[in-house]
Amino acid sequence: MTAKEHHEEIRSAVRDLCSRYPDAYWRRIDEANGYPEEFVKALTDAGWLAALIPDAYGGSGLGITEASVILEEVNRSGGNSGACHAQMYIMGTLLRHGSEEQKKTYLPKIASGELRLQSFGVTEPNTGTDTTRLRTTAVRKGDRYVVNGQKVFISRVQHSDLMTLLVRTTPLDQVKKKSEGMSVLLVDLREAIGRGITVRPIRTMMNHETNELFIDDLEVPAENLIGEEGKGFRYILDGMNAERILIAAECIGDGYWFVDRAAAYAKERVVFGRPIGQNQGVQFPIARVYVNIEAANLMRFRAAEKFDHGKPCGAEANMAKLLAADASWEAGNVAIQTHGGFGFAAEYDIERKFRETRLYQVAPISTNLILSYVAEHVLGLPRSY
Amino acid sequence: MKILVAIKPVPNPDEKVKIKGDGSGIVLDNIKMVVNPFCEIAVEEALRIKEKQGGEVVVMMVGPKVGEQQVRTALAMGADRAVLVEAGTDLDSLAVAKVLAKVVESEKPDMVLMGKQAVDDDNNQVGQILAAVLGWPQATFASKVEFLADNRKANVTREVDGGLETIEVTLPAVVTTDLRLNEPRYASLPGIMKAKKKEVKVLELSSLGVDTAPRVKVLGYAPPKQRAGGGRVASVQELVEKLKNEAKVL
Ligand SMILES: Cc1cc2nc3c(=O)[nH]c(=O)nc-3n(C[C@H](O)[C@H](O)[C@H](O)COP(=O)(O)OP(=O)(O)OC[C@H]3O[C@@H](n4cnc5c(N)ncnc54)[C@H](O)[C@@H]3O)c2cc1C
Repeated sequence: MTAKEHHEEIRSAVRDLCSRYPDAYWRRIDEANGYPEEFVKALTDAGWLAALIPDAYGGSGLGITEASVILEEVNRSGGNSGACHAQMYIMGTLLRHGSEEQKKTYLPKIASGELRLQSFGVTEPNTGTDTTRLRTTAVRKGDRYVVNGQKVFISRVQHSDLMTLLVRTTPLDQVKKKSEGMSVLLVDLREAIGRGITVRPIRTMMNHETNELFIDDLEVPAENLIGEEGKGFRYILDGMNAERILIAAECIGDGYWFVDRAAAYAKERVVFGRPIGQNQGVQFPIARVYVNIEAANLMRFRAAEKFDHGKPCGAEANMAKLLAADASWEAGNVAIQTHGGFGFAAEYDIERKFRETRLYQVAPISTNLILSYVAEHVLGLPRSY
Repeated sequence: MKILVAIKPVPNPDEKVKIKGDGSGIVLDNIKMVVNPFCEIAVEEALRIKEKQGGEVVVMMVGPKVGEQQVRTALAMGADRAVLVEAGTDLDSLAVAKVLAKVVESEKPDMVLMGKQAVDDDNNQVGQILAAVLGWPQATFASKVEFLADNRKANVTREVDGGLETIEVTLPAVVTTDLRLNEPRYASLPGIMKAKKKEVKVLELSSLGVDTAPRVKVLGYAPPKQRAGGGRVASVQELVEKLKNEAKVL
């Protein structure tokens, strides 16, 4: 079987599952600001979220290419991977840097879905994108760390059992490089919430369970440190390429969904005695955004291929995320415009997907920061910040 | 219990098919093929029976080699292995039934499960003919299958016009499945990965020594007439007049 046939097989199986969760399902969840529990359970039970976990730990040991195809199909079917995508990739930190014992303890349960590790706490209210200045600290006291600080926009906390938390373990003024002295802790949320962590949900423009976390004398067993103390920032960076590629694929799924809907509507809707899609003013924007999605898609597969071959792919992963997020946003905009007033009506689902896809211009990394990455690391321009 | 399930690949029902320019068939290039939905129900039923009482589920297909993709889908759902008889797409129902009978004779299952019809040609024939060729009992349009007497018999509830009918058949028998029998599972990722390692035995049609010469000749395909737009009638009288003189149905 060729790689393409293998992907086709994955696509049709994921599509089949997603077809049982139609637009109306997602609309209902969105309106209730709820969590798509049944969908996430079905996706988990069918093993899709364990695609990247090696066979030895109960997953399917596939590459980022296949994983990206899975999430693309979820979004392409009208759903929103954001509810569960992180279950796929956060475990990467544990897989790459955790001890054998940690891996044996957690990965099989993450693969089966018994444990959800789909929260990661990096962003802080006062430091923003300037991660190395984060102020959440962990101080070692005997066999525990005592953590204090605050995090913001930490997603899926209420639907996770575990969270990786980036903290400073050596004060900024005591390290040679500011990227040193941070560590990753694996926090058991089932114990921590109410005993050190207070969760305050943040209402956002789309349905995305995201939260502010207040951390007060949270005790974390020292054995929950992932990898070495002080090297946490590098571990987080290590996982970012995977995340960029997967998010790019979700945007591409959104993009194709918008184009499908816009083209179908433009063929059907008759105004002034002809389908609106007969007007170049209507068809050109749809055609253009299709071109942009296709281009982003190529970059996504290029990045994924390099990733799966263990080659450096920071530039490609970042560029794929930028191109894909731009294209999906443009596609959302085109789809609304094509639908006229009906684009704003919830029952057409365009406005929901429009709100959902907008996020990826900002999270997990904003477009500007990708441009400064390319400027600095690809073009050799001076660092701008 | 050993169950043999016959499956047929059909064009994805969600796609629009085109008829060849000369009307001799359907354009199949670039059309995504899927397992016939009724066959999927048959696979599901076989898997549920196996999960309940153990045994083996073997999938069989008569058709072109590309159909292996659909065979893999059934394997990914959980079937144990498969037999694919390589043949063209031009066999008629009698020929397909005779070929399937050969596979049945060599596999010796306790039951053959298959869809009541394929959604491409809607013939609804192969199951019945297969039972006749084998000299086995048949129970068509099943909406419920229960085993009795240590699996020597089965009660099959059939969807018949205006209601349900339950009949008892002696095994081995051919059972064809209706829509309400079950809701098929979707393939899981581990299922897909495992299916790659499962055996698909490919047989040449010629090696079976079956006379597949067509008894039915397709004269041509034509698309349904495009519907003209509707219109409003002002009164019942006008409606009656139109039904009489334009539609000529009164
Ligand atoms: C719905 C949602 C879910 C999220 N989930 C998580 C999560 O699960 N875990 C987590 O850790 N974080 C999460 N985030 C946080 C997200 O990663 C950050 O919002 C994002 O990285 C931007 O950081 P900031 O909001 O602090 O913006 P800031 O850093 O304050 O930036 C604000 C704006 O200024 C621009 N900017 C800043 N510095 C520069 C510069 N030097 N040059 C040019 N432009 C600049 C940025 O591009 C941005 O447009 C989530 C955010 C949202 C909205």
